[in-house]
Amino acid sequence: MERVIVSMQDPDMGMKMRNQRLLITVIPHAMTGRDIVDWLIQKYTITEEEALHIGNFLVKYGYIYPLKEPRNLCLKQDETPYRFQTPYYWTSTRWPASELDYAIYLAKKNIRKQGELIEYEKECYNALHKRINHTWDFVVMQAREQLRASKQRRKADRIVLECQEQAYWLINRPPPGVMDILEQGPDRRNVSDVMLYMWCLPLKNKLCMFVWVCSFVKYCEQYQDHDPIMQGCLPSNPWITDDIMYWNMNSETVTMPTKLRVERWSFSFMELLNDPLGRKELLTYLEKEFSAENLCFWQACEEVRHGEASKIAAKVDEVYKQFLAPGASRWVNIDSKTMEKTLEGIKHPHRFVLDDAQMHIYFLMKKDSYPRYLKSELYKNLLAKAIVPQETKKSVFPFMRRQRHSSPSPALVTQTAEDNGKAKPSAAKANAGTASQI
Amino acid sequence: NFCVIFITFEGFLSRAGEANFPLAKMAAQEVQPSETIAKLKSESEALKTKLEEERAKLHDVELHQVAEKVDPLGQFVMKTRRTLKGHGNKVLCMDWCKDKRRIVSSSQDGKVIVWDAFTTNKEHAVTMPCTWVMACAYAPSGCAVACGGLDNKCSVYPLSLDKNENLAAKKKSVAMHTNYLSACSFTNSDMQILTSSGDGTCALWDVESGQLLQSFHGHAADVLCLDLAPSETGNTFVSGGCDKKANVWDMRSGQCIQSFETHESDINSVRYYPSGDAFASGSDDATCRLYDLRADREVAIYSKESIIFGASSVDFSLSGRLLFGGYNDYTINVWDVLKGTRVSILFGHENRVSTLRVSPDGTAFCSGSWDHTLRVRE
Repeated sequence: MERVIVSMQDPDMGMKMRNQRLLITVIPHAMTGRDIVDWLIQKYTITEEEALHIGNFLVKYGYIYPLKEPRNLCLKQDETPYRFQTPYYWTSTRWPASELDYAIYLAKKNIRKQGELIEYEKECYNALHKRINHTWDFVVMQAREQLRASKQRRKADRIVLECQEQAYWLINRPPPGVMDILEQGPDRRNVSDVMLYMWCLPLKNKLCMFVWVCSFVKYCEQYQDHDPIMQGCLPSNPWITDDIMYWNMNSETVTMPTKLRVERWSFSFMELLNDPLGRKELLTYLEKEFSAENLCFWQACEEVRHGEASKIAAKVDEVYKQFLAPGASRWVNIDSKTMEKTLEGIKHPHRFVLDDAQMHIYFLMKKDSYPRYLKSELYKNLLAKAIVPQETKKSVFPFMRRQRHSSPSPALVTQTAEDNGKAKPSAAKANAGTASQI
Repeated sequence: NFCVIFITFEGFLSRAGEANFPLAKMAAQEVQPSETIAKLKSESEALKTKLEEERAKLHDVELHQVAEKVDPLGQFVMKTRRTLKGHGNKVLCMDWCKDKRRIVSSSQDGKVIVWDAFTTNKEHAVTMPCTWVMACAYAPSGCAVACGGLDNKCSVYPLSLDKNENLAAKKKSVAMHTNYLSACSFTNSDMQILTSSGDGTCALWDVESGQLLQSFHGHAADVLCLDLAPSETGNTFVSGGCDKKANVWDMRSGQCIQSFETHESDINSVRYYPSGDAFASGSDDATCRLYDLRADREVAIYSKESIIFGASSVDFSLSGRLLFGGYNDYTINVWDVLKGTRVSILFGHENRVSTLRVSPDGTAFCSGSWDHTLRVRE
């Protein structure tokens, strides 16, 4: 904000000031609200709405104060006069704004207005009188001194000083009901005593840099049609039309998925695995190829990694029995070095003991099974049959809003299963199906 | 070229002891400590600038240059589709449920509310025993929420649908820090939670037992935010703090594997780009930045002279083309990630935007504000 204020006061490119008539007094170096907004529009190439928004903050934070209606700290986009606050009172200086200072200010006002303070100021004044009663003589003496000194000034200066001080206190002691603009939330530690160390990794070459930067462009282009905020979605965005068809058509348990969804599986192996339906399709394909144990093993490893600490040993044992033991029913084909290391590690099972084996199988699927799946009849048929939904237009009569249907809470699904004494298929599926971030 | 510079200041000198360190000895005997430190500081600044210049010479491929040939975005009309009213005080944090329509939000007065944002119905409410609940998260299964704040803890509440049941009764205290909890996130299951705290650390916890699985030390001040990487191996996360640094961590070893320090003030929010190759940050220095993890450097900065308030919260649209930033001047600025330009500015909130998340399927985004409301916009 100070940067903006300094720019506004620039002798060449800053605001044009003029004298403002306030009743019978002429106040120099003032500007109108309209001028402020216009200057902001011109300087930052922004809209009127944004300029007014910023201008309002300059007033609310006390960098500019109004000459008329000084209690109303807002920017009016008309001939209302404003002035720059003196840096002494800038919010950033963070004077402690102590009770003593406030008391002196109120005392001055009280004397000047002969006891006719505004309600809340009267309350504050009385409260302060009670609280710092022992220094009250000092307060009154200071107040009288400051008033006497100000009487020596020209009327215009006196008015300006009073306005500046009033603006300062309006911000530091906001009236009841007015937002406290200075509230920052819980204190954060300041960084001092810093250990500063820098390092440079080997400087990569320009070609790599170019490839990496291009990858963002590629990614955005690839996903553009799948981005509902950018391109919309079919049949319609539920938040706009209140129609939840889009969610129903893309749910986990749908029989026939949409074309976009099936297409997305071809973007990366992660996309296929992240979609429970995609994973199911992959499993079907792998079963045909007699390599389904890979996917099952990978899933079992995920459950070890992300499961309860107390169940790790038991789960690892299960995995060993099913997938790793010699002659196991679903033995996975891992290279001997990894297998040796894993079997050794299993003797003292921990959360990450299966990581190497899991990675090996993951990359095996990614490099081998996944590309073949994408070329398979299974995938191609599904893609051909996949649905392209019809667009649902927003209701022609805007006041006839569609009823917004509620959906069963995910917590309910689990609870019902529990109540029925069954195992928790939904929860497990939900966990497995959401075993990644996307 | 490798280059390592290691410089320490007041704290180190005072702890070092004169006898062992010639520098400290010199400082103590001949020269005022503050002068030596000042000299060291200015030397290190000069070296830092020189290093940056050298690096810049080899890296003059900027994102916005490559993106020049990309079609510019048209005008975006994003309206508020839902306004969630019900919090009696500042909304500090929110998170989406995987079902794409429910959200959990937390506020200054200790209230944590679970909403079906689509119908705007409140489904659950919990009152925490502390104020300033700055962190909340939805469990992947949708069956629980986690939250915490000035109580220095992260607690997990299973969501019960029995109206008579008091949610607070089943509360599980999971994480314990020595300062406020600033952010929390479930990892890929309901069983683990990652937290960040004002005590300068992040930590990984086992929900069932409350056991600390791993702690992450390296920030020099409060850690304010974190985000888990959507990578294939799912083992890293990024955190941002008051030390202006964004650190990338290995969850297994607890090591900081990468660090970025180009912001000029507190980093309030970090969020991964959908591919996992980069992350964005929002800071009190009124800028958002994009950091590429492979190139190990900042590749874009999103700022405008007219934006003079800090960014509190950032998130990407599904394709990563748009970056939404909630700011302390009550607005939301929408950035073209590739071109680095601002696409749109959204008004509506009547106080700071404190939290902002895009929904899991990218159909909308929700912002929470100190004006007590949450808004879902598309």
